[in-house]
Amino acid sequence: MVPTGTANVASVSAAFLRLGADLITAAGPDQVSDAAGVVVPGVGAFGAAMARVDALGLRPALRDRIGQGRPTLVVCVGMQLLCRDSEESPGADGLGAIDHTVARFQGSIRVPQLGWNRVEPGTGSRLLQPGWAYFANSYRMSQIPEGWEGATTEYGGRFVSALERGNVLACQFHPELSGAWGASLLARWLDTTREAA
Amino acid sequence: MTLAARVVPCLDIKDGRVVKGVRFQGLRDAGDPVECAALYEAQGADEIVLLDVSATPEGRGHGLDTVRRVRSVLSIPLTVGGGVRGADDAGTLLEAGADKVGVNTAAVTRPALVGEIAERYGAQCTVLAVDAAATGQGWEVVVESGRRRTGIDVIEWCEKATAIGAGEILLTSWDRDGTGEGYDLALVEAVSSAVTVPVIASGGADTAAHLVEALKSGASAALVASILHDGHTTVSDLKHELASAGILVRP
Repeated sequence: MVPTGTANVASVSAAFLRLGADLITAAGPDQVSDAAGVVVPGVGAFGAAMARVDALGLRPALRDRIGQGRPTLVVCVGMQLLCRDSEESPGADGLGAIDHTVARFQGSIRVPQLGWNRVEPGTGSRLLQPGWAYFANSYRMSQIPEGWEGATTEYGGRFVSALERGNVLACQFHPELSGAWGASLLARWLDTTREAA
Repeated sequence: MTLAARVVPCLDIKDGRVVKGVRFQGLRDAGDPVECAALYEAQGADEIVLLDVSATPEGRGHGLDTVRRVRSVLSIPLTVGGGVRGADDAGTLLEAGADKVGVNTAAVTRPALVGEIAERYGAQCTVLAVDAAATGQGWEVVVESGRRRTGIDVIEWCEKATAIGAGEILLTSWDRDGTGEGYDLALVEAVSSAVTVPVIASGGADTAAHLVEALKSGASAALVASILHDGHTTVSDLKHELASAGILVRP
């Protein structure tokens, strides 16, 4: 687990423990390169989370394994870090695996989006299944990028609620807080780390 | 609207046990927090709130062990409030397993606290808990578990706190808490229309019809406590009735 210095680490750890997996905190780039699976949890601001990744020198290792489609789970702000940048933190560079600027929700809706909404995967999804997921976000991606499969959700227009490519799974929602549906998604992703190991 | 209305069981905690009173007084035992939380999740609860009702008056921090124990079994969001005086307290609760942190008395005393927590952990985990008492002209904020009236206007306080970073309002009617008389709908409507963040209606629920009224008055979520603890109904039954009334809920 990459310590992004943000808030949902305990919930993510507890969810994996219930699946029989004990997460350890990555201390440096070698662990991120070598691990069978890497989790990037994220609650909080884009710029602050990216600054923590850079402070630990993890940017190249993360970008490599995402590019190679190795088992990597990125959650909430973690998913947004895949992008080039975000309206939330102007001037902060994301990992840039996706050429996209993350933008704030628009329209007459309550922001942050806090609560359960429907995730509707495209036909090419392998890990993602339709269901209800818990969201806690003010910013989102608006388009599924070329080369990725994904799911969308409606909140003041369609937004990207999840992406997958190879064994990289990106969730705008919190699978660790999405009940049995979320736990089954985590279990399917965890299986890919066992296959890769 | 595609976002489901939430049904949120609230566990008031004292000395590691769930308690419930009327207008925050006359607390009686209502069970083990871990068992209650797991039961309500199984019934379809959308989120659990833990409030340490004794944290402020007795001047002590939160029962972190209770938070850890509940977190270990819970796979839905957990909001924890009570005794949060600084951003470090919020961090401690989040590390123990809270997903959102509620601030109440300390934020009224020093509003900048709301911004400090939001800046460090994000607006989406900064919940402003407001206890509101009707004055005849409107509502005033009460603090210290209802022991002290502040004269601060509830609407103005909610507007100010959301402007500096609160991402959600947990709005409790002090007058209705534990009475079963229904939510204070005028209060729910006034606050929901004054802010753009989600509002959780709290205080007074006795029937599913009360939840329907609150959700139709602008609340994004409805907090329930006594009616669940006393076994009068289940989350599952409440959600069936909400769905029958045309309110979108997570099945």
